[in-house]
Amino acid sequence: MSSDHSPLDDHGQHVASPKLYVAIFAALLLGTALTVVAAYQDFGHLNLPIAMLIACAKATLVVLFFMHVKYSTPLVKLMMPTAIVFLAVLLSLLACDYLGRMMPVTP
Amino acid sequence: MSTIASDSVAAAHELDHEPLDESLDYINASYGMRSWLLTLDHKRIAILYLCSVTFAFLLGAVFAAMVRIELLTPAGDFMQAETYNKVFTMHGVMMVFFFLIPAIPAVLGNFLVPLMIGAKDLAFPRLNLASWYLYNLGIAFTLYAIATGGIDTGWTFYVPYSTQWSTSNVIPVGLGVFIIGFSSILTGLNFLVTIHRMRAPGLTWFRLPLFIWAMYATSLVIMLGTPVIAITVVLLALERIFHMGFFDASLGGDPVLFQHLFWFYSHPAVYIMILPAMGVVSELISTFSRKRIFGYEFVAFASLAIALIGFLVWGHHLFVSGQSVYAGLIFSALTMLVAVPSAVKVFNWMATLYEGSVSLETPMLYALGFIGLFVIGGLTGVFLGTLGLDVHVTDTYFVVAHFHYVMVGGTIMAYMGGLHFWWPKISGKLYPEFWGKISAALIFIGFNLTFFPQFVLGYLGMPRRYWSYPPEFQVLNVLSSAGASILGIGYLLPLIYFIWSMRYGKDATENPFGATGLEWRTSSPPPTENFAVTPTVTWEAYDYSSVPMPEVSGG
Amino acid sequence: MADSASTSHGGAPPVAHQFATARQQREAANLGMWFFLVQEVLFFGGLFTVYAVYRFRFPEAWAEASRELDVKLGAINTAVLITSSLTMAMAVHGAQLGKRSQQMVSLLLTLALGATFLGIKAIEYHHKWVEHLMPAPGFQFHGASSGPEVGHARLFFACYFVMTGMHALHMVIGFGLLLWLLKNAAAGVYSGAYNTPVENVGLYWHFVDIVWIFLFPLLYLVHPR
Repeated sequence: MSSDHSPLDDHGQHVASPKLYVAIFAALLLGTALTVVAAYQDFGHLNLPIAMLIACAKATLVVLFFMHVKYSTPLVKLMMPTAIVFLAVLLSLLACDYLGRMMPVTP
Repeated sequence: MSTIASDSVAAAHELDHEPLDESLDYINASYGMRSWLLTLDHKRIAILYLCSVTFAFLLGAVFAAMVRIELLTPAGDFMQAETYNKVFTMHGVMMVFFFLIPAIPAVLGNFLVPLMIGAKDLAFPRLNLASWYLYNLGIAFTLYAIATGGIDTGWTFYVPYSTQWSTSNVIPVGLGVFIIGFSSILTGLNFLVTIHRMRAPGLTWFRLPLFIWAMYATSLVIMLGTPVIAITVVLLALERIFHMGFFDASLGGDPVLFQHLFWFYSHPAVYIMILPAMGVVSELISTFSRKRIFGYEFVAFASLAIALIGFLVWGHHLFVSGQSVYAGLIFSALTMLVAVPSAVKVFNWMATLYEGSVSLETPMLYALGFIGLFVIGGLTGVFLGTLGLDVHVTDTYFVVAHFHYVMVGGTIMAYMGGLHFWWPKISGKLYPEFWGKISAALIFIGFNLTFFPQFVLGYLGMPRRYWSYPPEFQVLNVLSSAGASILGIGYLLPLIYFIWSMRYGKDATENPFGATGLEWRTSSPPPTENFAVTPTVTWEAYDYSSVPMPEVSGG
Repeated sequence: MADSASTSHGGAPPVAHQFATARQQREAANLGMWFFLVQEVLFFGGLFTVYAVYRFRFPEAWAEASRELDVKLGAINTAVLITSSLTMAMAVHGAQLGKRSQQMVSLLLTLALGATFLGIKAIEYHHKWVEHLMPAPGFQFHGASSGPEVGHARLFFACYFVMTGMHALHMVIGFGLLLWLLKNAAAGVYSGAYNTPVENVGLYWHFVDIVWIFLFPLLYLVHPR
């Protein structure tokens, strides 16, 4: 059931160490500070992608470690990526409409 | 059977203990309203759903009858125009949300999924019961809306009419739809976990019946699509109550955004309707050809492909909405793609029939009818997916005919076929085969008479949702209404003889049709725990060498 | 671990009749929660979609409107919620090891942090009410009641309130779940043999945290000055 080499306890569950949790917590706080600092810089069109990148990194840490996905079955590992893919489908095909409305249609 | 001993057995059943007396089946395991209304047995919950969706169907049929009566004459003389708007809206709402989407999953799926995989119940029996109660809560809000004046926006709730101009009961119906969406999500969740984790020993994925593959694909669509309609209905309600501006062009909002969000669910929703139907048809074609489905793996993967591609095509409902032409091109191309896995299934069913030992029992008649009518409905869908043609026939009766061919000629035919096929398992009784064939014939004839003229009407230009029309369209409309009466009789007959059979029907054996599938290796009806001993599966799907010959044949 | 006052005495969990083993039951419950979270992603995803459309269409108006939000309060709230995820993870850890007092302290802290978050949100909502920024008739922006910039700013606040409101609603539901866990933890129900509810509520709570991780930059940091 576990895909890394951490020991399982008697009940087949992976018990993470509190030290790991605190480390992740610190990384998340750091990421938050980074987000705020980056927002006040002017990266032009890159401001949004940078903010989203940091948010994705934070979310990944929460999913992998707080939500134990790193130690879960392949099926569970597929769950969030699948949901994101379908959300991406919604956003990208919608973008085809909204971007397309700005493009000229030759008569 | 209602002795003191069986009362204590009944009590044990309600506490989910092992059955003490295996001659009891799930129907007579315990008595009384409470034992049914508070049941955790997936088979009883399926019966509860059967009652609910039948009620919804009959109510939706009443609204349909009102529509067809009005359309007998060109003038709007049976009811007011505003009333007509409410009638077709409520027909759509009842049929789509409260019948077509839940019917096969919640009735046949709930009953059969655990049986087909050799499990004792679904993974979460209490969620299953909760989902039935949510269905009832949803329909209660909708009935309240109907009783207090109805709703006139069309089942599609397009803005800004539904948010700013309609004075009808939009919010209660929206609430009903939201709640039933949650009911649907719980069902899908239950099926996914059950199929993943509770298959009997030896039952690998490629030994599963194709109905299970179909329910799995359907459940994926439910989980990914339904939440979007839920949030859309919330936004609709907030817009209507608080005028927040999401879809109000005067504030910068975009009414077409509503359509995008609505159809992102509602197009996959039609695959929620058709995938289970296709799963039923696979079972029927195989059993009544006494042959393994040709290209089993292709059919299984086609279900997943339909589920996936079905999420990519919603914009074909928006071709004339103001959506960008470029998006229209992309959606049109993707729409062509979604026809491919459906066609794969049809070819595989035909190949199964070829050189099969075909017998024409009632369920097989429905399955064959499905194939023909679904092909017509599906192909006309491809016509509609063609941008140029769609501009001509959109919002006409051509569209109405298309979706009734797939939903009624497709889903409802399969549902009827499945009800007949599994009726012996569900009730322990045989339905009368003669009347079964008569009803199937009446339904097929009535259906085509009702809806084929509508293709012509649409192409000639009769708009949908109109309560009056030019006199030159009357002949076709009269044919359509006549067909609807025949169709109505065709649906009423099974309602009568199924109920009749519960009292007077012949007792069914374990496997009257000589079908494969674990559900046919337990009694009819099954005991509460489904199997006396959990089976270990060592044979492939549709292995007819391991089952007896059918006992029921011909009339 | 040997101190009976601080350990849970939960033994072998009751296995429902449809499951063959406790492990199958646990895996099923876990999978069920994950499937539920998948649909939650799409539920909030609908709101993110609406946000994306209107931010794309009205970038300047949205930058202006976003500046009405208090970045400090938003950042504090983000830190509060992240901390509550830590305490939640510690509660799950405590349940896995059968440590009753760790479970209870962690759950209480999680509740307190969650309440702090909602309290700060209430303060922010109150500010918006006072400043006529509720997206309803009566909305005013920079002194004006009508005009394109006002309409577009109103759309920003519509997204702000619906997204944070839906998030807050999910937190309130989370509260109920946490209180239920607390009651059971106090009774020593959870242990290494049986801690599925704690794990699953943890998944739910972390998910709610992740939603906020995205909401904070999208709503508060569009283009702060």
